[in-house]
Amino acid sequence: MPSPADRVARATPAALARRVRGLSDRAIAWLFIAPTMVLLLAINVFPLIWTVGLSFTNYRANRPNAPVVNVGIDHYVSILTDPDVWHAMQATAHFLFWTILLQTLIGFALAWLIDRKFRGHGFWTTMILIPMMLSPAVVGNFWALLYQPQIGLWNYAVSFFAGVPASSFSMIGEVGLAPWAIVIVDTWMWTPYVMLICLAGLRSIPDYIYEAAEVDRASNWRQFWSITLPMVLPFIMLAVLFRGIENFKMFDMVNLLTAGGPGSTTEVASITLKREAFEKWRTGYSSAFAVILFVTVFGLANIYVKALNRVKSR
Amino acid sequence: MRPKLTMSTQAHSVVAPSPRAQWIAGTIVVLYALLTMVPLAWIFLTAFKSGPDSISYPPKLVFTPSAEGFCNLFNTRSRQTDEYLASLPPATTVCDRQARANNMVLVGPSNYAPRFVNSLVIAFGSTALSVALGVTAAYAFSRFRVPLKDDLLFFILSTRMMPPIAVAIPIYLMYRELGLSDTRLGMILLYTAVNVSLAVWLLKGFIDEIPREYEEAALVDGYTRLQAFYKVVLPQATTGIVATAIFCLIFAWNEYAFAVLLTSGEAQTAPPFIPIIIGEGGQDWPAVAAGTALFLLPILVFTVLLRRHLLRGITFGAVRK
Repeated sequence: MPSPADRVARATPAALARRVRGLSDRAIAWLFIAPTMVLLLAINVFPLIWTVGLSFTNYRANRPNAPVVNVGIDHYVSILTDPDVWHAMQATAHFLFWTILLQTLIGFALAWLIDRKFRGHGFWTTMILIPMMLSPAVVGNFWALLYQPQIGLWNYAVSFFAGVPASSFSMIGEVGLAPWAIVIVDTWMWTPYVMLICLAGLRSIPDYIYEAAEVDRASNWRQFWSITLPMVLPFIMLAVLFRGIENFKMFDMVNLLTAGGPGSTTEVASITLKREAFEKWRTGYSSAFAVILFVTVFGLANIYVKALNRVKSR
Repeated sequence: MRPKLTMSTQAHSVVAPSPRAQWIAGTIVVLYALLTMVPLAWIFLTAFKSGPDSISYPPKLVFTPSAEGFCNLFNTRSRQTDEYLASLPPATTVCDRQARANNMVLVGPSNYAPRFVNSLVIAFGSTALSVALGVTAAYAFSRFRVPLKDDLLFFILSTRMMPPIAVAIPIYLMYRELGLSDTRLGMILLYTAVNVSLAVWLLKGFIDEIPREYEEAALVDGYTRLQAFYKVVLPQATTGIVATAIFCLIFAWNEYAFAVLLTSGEAQTAPPFIPIIIGEGGQDWPAVAAGTALFLLPILVFTVLLRRHLLRGITFGAVRK
């Protein structure tokens, strides 16, 4: 259906139309989208293509002048059959699952409580947001101090409340505890992010729906299940999508907290990438791994976004 | 017999929570807030401790404050012999005295201040650029029939999915060819490229909610499309723009991976610098804590000043008319 502007334009005599100021809609659409596309193509797509190209070679960045040989899909095959790689993916999956679960549960609970609108809720909401504003690298570095078995605040607090001697366990040094160490720090940092998005969802539910439910004498529990949860679900899913994508790539915090250790217990995918690319300098190999990671998250996100769109249009 | 008028039977809106529910909710939230504040409070406390105090066991809550953290953060020092120290004129500033007490001499300013300035320029520059690109692209996607719109939007989202480590080497080689290596402009472009995907997705959500009738009316009144965008749509999108700007700023301000891989001296920001502030026996925790606390301040101030926009603007899709 032509917009009013189009109808006016078509009704204008040709000679006058040529003198009408302003660019056409299509020109503006291109003008507005093109700079973004150019920037993304130059800085995101071009290196991605280069990485794909590198993944089929045996290029090593620390020997730039060595002859480069095409090795076909050798790297891909060795990555997919390497048990160490599967171990790293397991560490990543453990990290992703627990951080998303905890952040969603706690974040939604906090948002729901804040939506009760108690006195001072604005102030305390701002307070809760602060951990999210720190640099993940700096957070990882500082929590290493908090997690120190001898002098750290964490061990001291745990020993104070649980009676366990403070130097008897090390969050970073023990194989059983290290994965939980990174989950705790990430949850501490990013729960406010999920809370904010859930709060937006809760605020978007108009009051008249609840009033109608009260008139129908629906119980509070029934209202929550039938009104609140379904209407907040798209927002929760959006928060899960963004947190999932970010934590899949997580590098800064984990690298500075545990450096993938002890050994390779917390070696999430990005840390494996770093070790291959910047310690062993197997650039071709790490490029293949990067491509595999990218395809994985791309495929999963594709499915997820389709599901999200379906939920949104309900 | 009239029933007793308790809190729950006093007049209140049927959808507002009862005062008792509000009190319980408030208590839980405040407890959570206080609990998560503890590591932050620890950072601020550590910034004012002396070196030995910061690593003492049991962790000290009460201590004599010292300027050592901030002094070490902003100055470089070197250890000198007693004779040399005795031959110098008496110490003038606080940091001078602090250094002399540890048998050291101030040599010059540290690299923290230049790194902080780099962070300011790069983060605010890339945020401004991301929002400018984002709001224009989001407007176009929202209002016009763009071919392959859903695919383009997913493509934009997908640019965020590649781990920085993976593309660091190609970008490093590309930047070296273009002369953008270790430059502020190079980092601004890079952060913009990463942030613009978030900006477009968030802003499209906000702009979708602005009714088209306003622009249509402006167009019929003789405004061009560009003028309608500038005079009608942008003012209404202000809260969305502010919320997006805050998220973009937080990312660019705190980014570490690209900064540590692509910059070294000229354009290095603060996040790669803070974790490697080494004292004499390992990490200089008071200085690291001081650097962290100072680095948090601009973001904190920015967010607190704009918090109304943030909390209101986050509700894209909110107000049902």
